[in-house]
Amino acid sequence: MLDATDISVCYEPHRILHGIDFHAAPGAVTAIVGPNGSGKTTLMRALTGETDYAGEVRLNNENIARLKPWELAAMRGVLPQATPLAFPFTVIEVVRLGLSRGVSAGNTDLIHRALARVDLSGFEGRFYQELSGGEQQRVQLARVLAQVWSPVEDGEPRWLFLDEPVSALDIGHQLQVMQIAHDYAAAGGGVVTVMHDLNLTAMFADSVALVSEGRILQQGAPEEVFNNALLSRAYHCDVRVNSAPSQGTFILPHAAKMAAE
Amino acid sequence: MTFLTHVMPDPALAGDRSQKARALSFALVFILFAAALLSLAIGASGTSLWDALIGLANGEALSARDRIVLLDIRLPRTVMGMLVGAALAVSGAVMQGLFRNPLADPGLVGVSAGAGLGAIVAIVLGGLLPATVAAMFGYYLVSVAAFVGGWLSTILLYKVSTRRGRTSVATMLLAGIALGALAGALQGVLVYIADDAQLRTLTFWGMGSLAGATWTKVIAAAPLILLALAIVPFLARGLNALALGEAAASHIGISVQRLKNTAILMVAGAVGAAVAVAGGIGFIGIVVPHLLRLMVGPDHRYLLVNSALLGAALLLIADVISRVIIAPAELPIGIVTATLGGPFFLWILLRQRGLLDM
Repeated sequence: MLDATDISVCYEPHRILHGIDFHAAPGAVTAIVGPNGSGKTTLMRALTGETDYAGEVRLNNENIARLKPWELAAMRGVLPQATPLAFPFTVIEVVRLGLSRGVSAGNTDLIHRALARVDLSGFEGRFYQELSGGEQQRVQLARVLAQVWSPVEDGEPRWLFLDEPVSALDIGHQLQVMQIAHDYAAAGGGVVTVMHDLNLTAMFADSVALVSEGRILQQGAPEEVFNNALLSRAYHCDVRVNSAPSQGTFILPHAAKMAAE
Repeated sequence: MTFLTHVMPDPALAGDRSQKARALSFALVFILFAAALLSLAIGASGTSLWDALIGLANGEALSARDRIVLLDIRLPRTVMGMLVGAALAVSGAVMQGLFRNPLADPGLVGVSAGAGLGAIVAIVLGGLLPATVAAMFGYYLVSVAAFVGGWLSTILLYKVSTRRGRTSVATMLLAGIALGALAGALQGVLVYIADDAQLRTLTFWGMGSLAGATWTKVIAAAPLILLALAIVPFLARGLNALALGEAAASHIGISVQRLKNTAILMVAGAVGAAVAVAGGIGFIGIVVPHLLRLMVGPDHRYLLVNSALLGAALLLIADVISRVIIAPAELPIGIVTATLGGPFFLWILLRQRGLLDM
């Protein structure tokens, strides 16, 4: 379980998060959605211990503030939004950075499996800095997967924290990455992901937390959270939730221009 | 097709340069050994190492003169060259890893500037010290002052750029520039009030030289430099992770604050000791790691060790050049490293422009 209670974050003089309670269960993909500046990424940073916060975050029943970086790294991997790399590492060298202390650095097998998982087999010898933004994002995902490859270790779930994992990807690879998240959860791991795309969220998330102005408006199953009134309130525009028999839920903003016609 | 499979590297290892890096380490050990022999064999006096070695092998005793030249002049100079070269190159590599910038240099964080200021204070104002204090330090006053200056500037820098246990690398870099400018200004004032004899010492020291090498200096610098070099292998994994950024490094299990503290102390010790005994020798700390990254990649597990080896070898070779080029006089070694290193570095920048934009 991931249990965050009464999380507040202040970047003086602004209060970004106001005493948020947030929960995520292993075996499920939990999405955090909300408009720009609502505090999604800040919440993510608090959950991963990347920023100072008031309150308590417990992962697998351990207070993360009390864990050493390497103890946390054994429990969860974190995919940042974008990762500029300081030196000309090759793809294989970047993915190898994710292998934890206990795993031999020579475990090329795991590196290749992680790269194959993100559809980048054959990219091993390419320079990371010469790849496109989307390819870089997938290399980083492979690095994170290599870090916490098995979703369950010693009976405890492991976790993926993804900050907008599909922001730089084409639609084919968006589906592929969300499928990876889904499969990780289905195998018993936990996935917490910040999302912008509500339709992808509706497709893949088992639980959704809607964040607005530093507070969680609602957390629950997508069908509970995705309703016209709640989304319109959060995003400050007219949002319509529709569903088609063969396609499931889809969400569209309802523009004034269209309404006038 | 058979030809292709023969030439193509093992696909499972494509992009993995660690084997190449290990092979390079072996080659560098031999190069360093050759450079050390060269440094022992060549010098202003006519003493020939080969004749001496052949004589020794034949059971003849060394002449008193050869003995002094080899054991008390060239050997300490060679050992000091290796220590200083290794210290500067490794400090450069560690600093670059810490700042995530291939152009960072120990000079940038004010360690060299602080050490230089300490030395100049000692050269110009040393005469004002009470006779008992001056006598206590004697000849080593300059070295001690350089070392203290390097440490003080590091501590000051650290206080400025660390808040609530977290060091901001950007603040540290900017504070380093400010400290460097301040030290430069103070040095300027001291140069202005220095007399002619002091000025000559300042110029010589400022350009860096191994000429004053003695066993006493070697013993003064060796413990700090060797300690720093011994710590370095433990920094490698953390510096690799840091290439992803501080947050990502922490997420893959690195204690970033501890890494930074260790790296800063290591660099302050190594650079302070090196500047104290050899003055300001530039470009080794930038050129060596850069060259190695081009050859076998930025993996610090190999970069740091190889930097120590190549830095030591290059400084010995530069020292040999400084001794023979205007023999029997000597050029300060800093001029040699800058003359060779400057254009070389520009060439690297031109070739690698794409990879440096970050």
